[in-house]
Amino acid sequence: MAKNFSFSKLWKGPFGTYLIVIVAYVVFQALASTGNLPSVVIGLLPTICAYIVAAVSLNLVVGISGELSLGHAAFMSVGCYTGVVAATCYSAMFDIPWLVFFLSMFTGALFAALAGFVVGVPVLRLSGDYLAIVTLAFGEIIKNIMNNLYVGLDASGLHFSLTSSADLHMTNGKIIINGPQGAVGIEQLSTFFFGFCLVMLTLAVVLNLVRSRSGRAIMAVRDNAIAAESVGINTMKYRLMAFVVASALAGMAGVLYAMNYNAVVPVRFDYNASILILVYVVLGGIGNIRGSIISATVLVVLPEVLRFMSEYRMLIYAIVLIAVMVLPNVPAVKRFLDYLPTKLPFLRKRSEVPGDVVGGAE
Amino acid sequence: MADDRETRFGEPDDFREEVPEPLTTEDAPVADADLPAADSTPDAPAMGEEALQVEARAEAEAPTHGVAALFNRSRRGTYRAQSKSGGARAKGSGSRTKMVALPSDGIVPERDLYATPVLECRHLGIDFGGLHAVEDFNLIVGKTEIAGLIGPNGAGKTTVFNLLTKVYQPTRGTILLDGVDTHGMTPSKVAQAGIARTFQNIRLFSNLTVEENVEIGLHNQVRCGMWSSIFRLPKYWVSEHEFHKQALELLDIFSMADMAEITAGNLPYGAQRRLEIIRALATHPKLLLLDEPAAGMNPVETEDLMTNIRKIRDEFQIAIVLIEHDMDLVMNICEGIAVLNYGKIIAKGTPEEIQGNEQVIEAYLGSGAKGA
Ligand SMILES: Nc1ncnc2c1ncn2[C@@H]1O[C@H](COP(=O)(O)OP(=O)(O)O)[C@@H](O)[C@H]1O
Ligand SMILES: [Mg+2]
Repeated sequence: MAKNFSFSKLWKGPFGTYLIVIVAYVVFQALASTGNLPSVVIGLLPTICAYIVAAVSLNLVVGISGELSLGHAAFMSVGCYTGVVAATCYSAMFDIPWLVFFLSMFTGALFAALAGFVVGVPVLRLSGDYLAIVTLAFGEIIKNIMNNLYVGLDASGLHFSLTSSADLHMTNGKIIINGPQGAVGIEQLSTFFFGFCLVMLTLAVVLNLVRSRSGRAIMAVRDNAIAAESVGINTMKYRLMAFVVASALAGMAGVLYAMNYNAVVPVRFDYNASILILVYVVLGGIGNIRGSIISATVLVVLPEVLRFMSEYRMLIYAIVLIAVMVLPNVPAVKRFLDYLPTKLPFLRKRSEVPGDVVGGAE
Repeated sequence: MADDRETRFGEPDDFREEVPEPLTTEDAPVADADLPAADSTPDAPAMGEEALQVEARAEAEAPTHGVAALFNRSRRGTYRAQSKSGGARAKGSGSRTKMVALPSDGIVPERDLYATPVLECRHLGIDFGGLHAVEDFNLIVGKTEIAGLIGPNGAGKTTVFNLLTKVYQPTRGTILLDGVDTHGMTPSKVAQAGIARTFQNIRLFSNLTVEENVEIGLHNQVRCGMWSSIFRLPKYWVSEHEFHKQALELLDIFSMADMAEITAGNLPYGAQRRLEIIRALATHPKLLLLDEPAAGMNPVETEDLMTNIRKIRDEFQIAIVLIEHDMDLVMNICEGIAVLNYGKIIAKGTPEEIQGNEQVIEAYLGSGAKGA
């Protein structure tokens, strides 16, 4: 079988996704540097990247691995707080911002992965609705721990407490995590470029993983766990792999998010945030990585753009959400959407079947 | 034809050429004469339902000569009854005990006589609540045997497969796979140990392509870790090449290589069943379990399947156990057949023996058919 090169094939593959992100980055960067972008949106760019990373990584769990997780924001918070603490420590050691940022990312990812493992081992014994509820519960547990966590740094090193900042027993040190006030005094190291790099890294990790032996095993477990076991796949291992990798990526998203502000409260990562990320995933299409990127971008920007409408803002936001969810299922719209690809060949689905092979008996 | 497991293991391998005459049924300490006759009629027609009925009538009139009444449950029953009623209570005495070969109902093809049987089930059983879905299931499958497992609907055939593959944990009994006890193994471990299967209700990875389905079957044959994949290390490219090559080779068995890129869920029914067999084969099993492989296939496809099942056995030198309702297929390609009814084996033997077995006919047609 000769594989003939075609643009549409390349476009539908991972390269199309990378291309979209690169083009979007160049366009936004150009707009920002020529002063054509509102300053609200410019400040929002790293946040958009963080939510794209969160959505794409959650899609690895929900779409690729097929588990409904409602606690994804909690892993962002683990990354966020460990990343911020790490950044403060590293900053004290050397004065190279990108290196501090890079090492904090790594630390955040590591701890988020660890949290993903610790939560994943018991939680992934369940499946379906039960798993969703338990991930929700674990997410809240992590949030509540963060709510009561106090971390400070002084000359003698790091101090931890779960009661109050006074309990840190520091001598003129700096408080990094201050209970319900969250991470305070963060160095704002996040830039749009770093955000772009992280999005590209996330895409590379997820897309490379999906198109490999491990990725196929993950999708096999999703499609039919019993059949996957029958060919000798350790289902627990691959469900956990997807969950931990996604947690690590969410942790990095948390670091990126945190370092765009000078303070981040734990409530930022409660179940509302988890649901919001899930909305990005569902809206973009479960299992559709490109869709997650686009829907995360639109839905993060939308409330900011609608800010001029003050109190109607969230109403419009909700209406748009409902419309986007419902419209594709309205027959007339559906017909139009089905008709569209016949005109635009590059929109055709990936593995459509030649007529006579389809439609077997069932 | 050797039926006796104990005899088989008693013989050292060197005797291979001599083709020893193993214990025949006459030598066994069972009076075969008082067995119900279930004679074989070697030239019996294929066992359709009508054929069965005809057979039943013929059977009722046929004179009973018991020697060939092999391996059915009643024989075991007789043996047990004898040892109980014979009053032979154990007691220590000075004289030497006379030791006799234990009668066994296991049969394997003669060519597999000296190889470790690929599968040995001993007193296998499982209960669902109060229901004994499978009870005292004993079966030996030779190394390269094509065996059939038949029985009416709800007899427990699929449950036996689920026990062998540990989808269900057996309540009782032992399973030896190539001489190794599979006790405590998970389904994936059993698969790695060498049992592959297909499912009565097809279980493909329906969102993935045909090729990916086979590549997932090759999961434990070609290796590549998570990090190699994420960072696209050389190992990844080597393994992907290997996956692709082996998958297409396997697809060629059923001439499905040209369908490699089609989404599995979109395949016609017959092709889905064939793909399931290929996926199972991709795990390089020692024992292949096929649950109603011909269900939903047209006669041409069934014919094709028969050829291919034989081809697979010949090429890969593995054992195959198949559950099937298509008696043409079963009688044609199976070397040994076990008949299950209400979770118990009611008969074992060659296709000829099974076709003539009264209990089998009764199980299939109901007790009313016996007198007809
Ligand atoms: N998981 C289960 N729970 C309860 N009963 C079961 C289960 N699986 C099978 N059975 C019962 O065991 C019996 C045998 O079923 P099965 O093995 O599917 O029969 P078949 O010979 O048609 O393949 C049936 O009575 C069925 O209802
Ligand atoms: Mg069945």
